[in-house]
Amino acid sequence: MTSTDGAFVAFDRVQKSYDGETLVVKDLNLSMPKGEFLTMLGPSGSGKTTCLMMLAGFETATHGDITLDGVSINNIPPHKRGIGMVFQNYALFPHMSVAENLSFPLEVRKIGKSAREEKVMRALDMVQMGDFAGRRPAQLSGGQQQRIALARALVFEPELVLMDEPLGALDKQLRETLQFEITNLAHELGITTVYVTHDQTEALTMSDRVAVFDDGRIQQLAPPDELYEQPENSFVAQFIGENNTLEGVVQEIKGNTCIVKLDSGDIIDAVPVNVNNVGDRTKVSIRPERVEFNRERLHDDAHTLKAEVLEFIYMGDIFRTRLRVAGTDEFVIKTRNAPDQERLKPGQMIEIGWLPQDCRALDA
Amino acid sequence: MSEPVIAADGRPLKASLNRALRRQKMRALALIAPLLIFILVSFVMPIADMLFRSVENEIVSETLPRTVAALDAWDAGSGETPDEDVFNALYTDMALAVEYKSHTRLGSRLNYETTGIASLFRKSGRRVGKFDTDVYTKAFQDADPRYADPQQWVAWMADDSIRAKLPMTTSAYDDWAKMIVEAENDVPSEEEPWDFVYSALYNDAVSGAELPVSVDVSGITPVSLRTAFGDIDDKWLNPNVWRTIKTYSPRYTDGYFLNSVDLMKGAEGVEARPENEQIYITLFIRTMIMSLSIMGMCVLLGYPIAWLLANLKDRTANLLMILVLLPFWTSLLVRTSAWKVLLQQQGVINDILVWIGIVADDNRLELINNQTGTIIAMTHILLPFMILPLYSVMKTIPPSYLRAAKSLGATNWTAFWRVYFPQSVPGIGAGCILVFILAIGYYITPELVGGTKGVFISNRIAYHISSSLNWGLAAALGTILLTIVMVLYWVYDKIVGIDNVKLGG
Amino acid sequence: MNVTMKLMATSCLTLTATMAFADGHMADEMTIVSWGGAYSASQKNAYHDPYSEKTGVKIINDESSSEAVAKLRAMNEAGNVTWDVVDVVASDAIRLCDEGLAMEIDADTQLADGDDGSKASDDFGDLLVSDCFIPQIVYSTTVGYRTDLVGDTPPTSICALFDTDTYPGKRSLEKQPIGNLEWALICDGVAKEDVYDVLETEEGQAQAFAKLDTIKDSAIWWSAGADTPQLLADGEVIMGSTYNGRLFALIEEQKQPVAMLWDAQVFDLDGWIIPTGLSPERQARALDYIMFATDTQRLADQAKYISYGPARKSSAPLVGKHATLGIEMAPHMPTDPNNAKNTFLYNYEWWADYRDDLDAKFQAWLSK
Ligand SMILES: Nc1ncnc2c1ncn2[C@@H]1O[C@H](COP(=O)(O)OP(=O)(O)OP(=O)(O)O)[C@@H](O)[C@H]1O
Ligand SMILES: [Mg+2]
Repeated sequence: MTSTDGAFVAFDRVQKSYDGETLVVKDLNLSMPKGEFLTMLGPSGSGKTTCLMMLAGFETATHGDITLDGVSINNIPPHKRGIGMVFQNYALFPHMSVAENLSFPLEVRKIGKSAREEKVMRALDMVQMGDFAGRRPAQLSGGQQQRIALARALVFEPELVLMDEPLGALDKQLRETLQFEITNLAHELGITTVYVTHDQTEALTMSDRVAVFDDGRIQQLAPPDELYEQPENSFVAQFIGENNTLEGVVQEIKGNTCIVKLDSGDIIDAVPVNVNNVGDRTKVSIRPERVEFNRERLHDDAHTLKAEVLEFIYMGDIFRTRLRVAGTDEFVIKTRNAPDQERLKPGQMIEIGWLPQDCRALDA
Repeated sequence: MSEPVIAADGRPLKASLNRALRRQKMRALALIAPLLIFILVSFVMPIADMLFRSVENEIVSETLPRTVAALDAWDAGSGETPDEDVFNALYTDMALAVEYKSHTRLGSRLNYETTGIASLFRKSGRRVGKFDTDVYTKAFQDADPRYADPQQWVAWMADDSIRAKLPMTTSAYDDWAKMIVEAENDVPSEEEPWDFVYSALYNDAVSGAELPVSVDVSGITPVSLRTAFGDIDDKWLNPNVWRTIKTYSPRYTDGYFLNSVDLMKGAEGVEARPENEQIYITLFIRTMIMSLSIMGMCVLLGYPIAWLLANLKDRTANLLMILVLLPFWTSLLVRTSAWKVLLQQQGVINDILVWIGIVADDNRLELINNQTGTIIAMTHILLPFMILPLYSVMKTIPPSYLRAAKSLGATNWTAFWRVYFPQSVPGIGAGCILVFILAIGYYITPELVGGTKGVFISNRIAYHISSSLNWGLAAALGTILLTIVMVLYWVYDKIVGIDNVKLGG
Repeated sequence: MNVTMKLMATSCLTLTATMAFADGHMADEMTIVSWGGAYSASQKNAYHDPYSEKTGVKIINDESSSEAVAKLRAMNEAGNVTWDVVDVVASDAIRLCDEGLAMEIDADTQLADGDDGSKASDDFGDLLVSDCFIPQIVYSTTVGYRTDLVGDTPPTSICALFDTDTYPGKRSLEKQPIGNLEWALICDGVAKEDVYDVLETEEGQAQAFAKLDTIKDSAIWWSAGADTPQLLADGEVIMGSTYNGRLFALIEEQKQPVAMLWDAQVFDLDGWIIPTGLSPERQARALDYIMFATDTQRLADQAKYISYGPARKSSAPLVGKHATLGIEMAPHMPTDPNNAKNTFLYNYEWWADYRDDLDAKFQAWLSK
């Protein structure tokens, strides 16, 4: 396959089954250039960890080939792959001190004592944990343990680092700090990173590219902005960010717009993403912040829908308003809290619309 | 120094806190009270009782109080039989002891120290009532009928001035009166005193005491009790018997402990037992070595099994677990018979080996009735005690540690040895302590499959508890065993640290 | 009265009630302790069932005889003796009597006269080895051998045990000095009547152990009565000592190729004791049971079920056929004149003195 040529990490038509009955990973194709920060995002059970474990060598692919720097690694045992790994539960060795944990990978590589100590200190300083060398993992907070786990995965200078939900157990604030530190480190050191999470914000903020997993397949692999703004199917649209979905049938396709007749009878404009024929059922997706109810800001010829305000929620920086539109009660719009912004009241009838390119007609 | 912090109610904070904590503690104590009482009753008290029994030796001075007192003046090293006084005292003590039936008990007690005393006491007990001391009784009663009047005796013995003049008679009479009430269910005021009281009266008179009614005792031919006892059995004239009585007369003795370590109290203090009686030190050492071997075997066999259990699929693991627990559920006899069928010279294992040709038919292996048999059978029985704690500790070691180690570049062996094994050490520790302590206390299995060289010190303890009834020795052996275990436990704590023992998660 | 008080009161009542009940079992129940197995079964058939039928007393069988001495002492110390009648071997009876744990029995007043009109003390004769002991059976420890392994010259003398040249192979012996030391001396040329005099001396003991040394390597030491029969059946040993009743079962019931060597069989006695410390009613009932169960007919009856000889002389003529095998039992009794040509009577008095000492020496010898 041409797509894997020159890639640093490549999955080529990889399949995985644990029990011989169901495929947990179905036909996975993925290639990463050196230095990329790629995130695997997806709901629980979608096969993310499995992919990571195959890459690390703890599971073997049932079918297909995984290459690292052009070399197939299917038959290289884990300890020879030279891949740094940060586990979901950190997996710091409880019977060793922080420094011993860090020097472990260096010891098994038979690196001399002084070089080892120096590298350990450098790695600890890198994660700002220089003062904790003598502690046991149990004497550290969750965030500190996380840092040590990171330092341990990096201390032997691997070219590829895998992280499996490393921040899952931490509170929001700490998570944000560490997200920032991890990305910084990864970019500074030029490490290729595969990062697993099911937190979409994390995925969006940290990654160069995000692979959205569902049902053992990559649903979309794209940079964060593209993923958010141009989801390729309704799963991605729904999974990433908040999203309004309206269902209907394609009435007309002309070039890069189409007209959809909703089940309620209303007509709207949309970009046809994966609808091909008139008469196809579709789910139309519109981001809440792209919905406009100020008539003046809409195109004159834009299709509009009538909406009744059900709820108005003040969220500080934004207002979140729930509407009844085209037969659904779950239609949400978000508006910026600006001085001139109108605050809608429940019961109020309004008219909403959007730019056609913000409304994507996806698979049903 | 800062001011004490004051709580809201105006008391010092510390006092308030203490009060609150005390209430909490009392409540907790009340909750665990049943357990505490149970432990006290079922563990602490028996152990205390055992410790006490290992030194307790009241039976001698309680059964033969006068004899013990009289023996004070006798020099055990003299090689001479004690003089008449001692035999007089022995006569009174013996006559009383026979009524309480305690002389045979004392006999068995002293027989542990010197062979032959049991039958000596039994025999003497039967004969002591038939001594010729009735000549004293007759002489006194003939001299004055008041000596035959129970009421008169009660009156005399209530008179302090008479009591002071007749010390031996008083003591003999008092104990006789007590015995009449306790053992015979009679009243002293209706019973004529027994011969030994008159014998004491005679002895008082001879030593110059003034009698309540004066009697000329010079006309009475004295009865030599020494000869009388000598007639029963000449062992009474053997200083060795007396030395035993004297040596074991204190209320507390270290004799059982000396015996437990193959020593004894000889003529010149503590000395080693004759070589053909030395057994306990050998047994202690053997018990330790074999228990350690059993423990080692259990670790060697149990570790891989526990590892399999912890890492297999649940269903397979359950099956394996049943196999592991099987020894718990089979009765001892079935288990032992099974071992015999397997291990004996005409047994399955030997048959197979002969059939394969590894051993010659006329040179079959001895796998049972020796130490090998004990180690095999005990390892089998105690294996679950090693596997269960190991398993429960291993179950808590997430597989991600091994993966982490491998991802960091460790080979399978390094990952196991540096990462997995250290974390399973608490399980090994717990298993070892359990197995070791159980092993040194086991006696049924060694008895059945251990032959002569595969038995433990506990077999001797069981023997002394249930057959020889030498509970003092059993207690001393038990105490030593307990001490050894505690010392080993302490050493273990120093080396490994007792915090490093885990029975599970 | 609050709930706790009520609860406590009720539980106290229940406790007292159960205790009263536990003690109250005496009304129509008695606990008899014996050895279990075929032996207890023979007692049930010969004594317990007829007694229950006669008096309505329910008999509970406890199989703790092997640890009776220790348990009785513990019960006595705790002041709660729950056993009414206990079956023990004579040496244990002596120990219990010495310890004051068994009550003394006056044979002539407290035991039945013989059927032939003899006084109990004459009928039992020498077998009344302790004041507390009521003999029941005479059994013997004797040697059985594999008929198929001894070649054309089956052993006729006890000394075959020590003759490893003619009879190579393992032999099983009881793991205790009693019996073995006597046999060793007899086979070392000491006259039977001198055995205990010799054994009393250090030299005599050394002589006995030296003789045992010659077969130490080919000895298997047993501690359970079932061991030797099993070892013989498995062909593990060529000969071994055990109780004659066990050998009877092995030969007559299991039809194993085993024969008995009655030579120098060591007679031993088994019988009853009544523990001290029973309430007067329980003691009276225990005595009543003993009076019944040790009369001439009852003792003869037991021999129908197990091949041990009745302890009364007057019972001997009444011994009949085995209850299930239908064979005449008299020839299988250790006391049968054919079997008792050369017997050896265990000296209780002597062993009571020397047991502790020789046991220590025996154990020391074993572990060397
Ligand atoms: N060792 C295993 N044996 C059998 N099935 C497994 C095993 N590990 C995972 N699975 C199954 O494979 C599927 C994918 O699991 P995986 O752990 O890769 O999910 P994930 O995407 O990492 O989920 P999460 O976000 O919850 O960690 C799940 O359905 C899971 O049940
Ligand atoms: Mg996962």
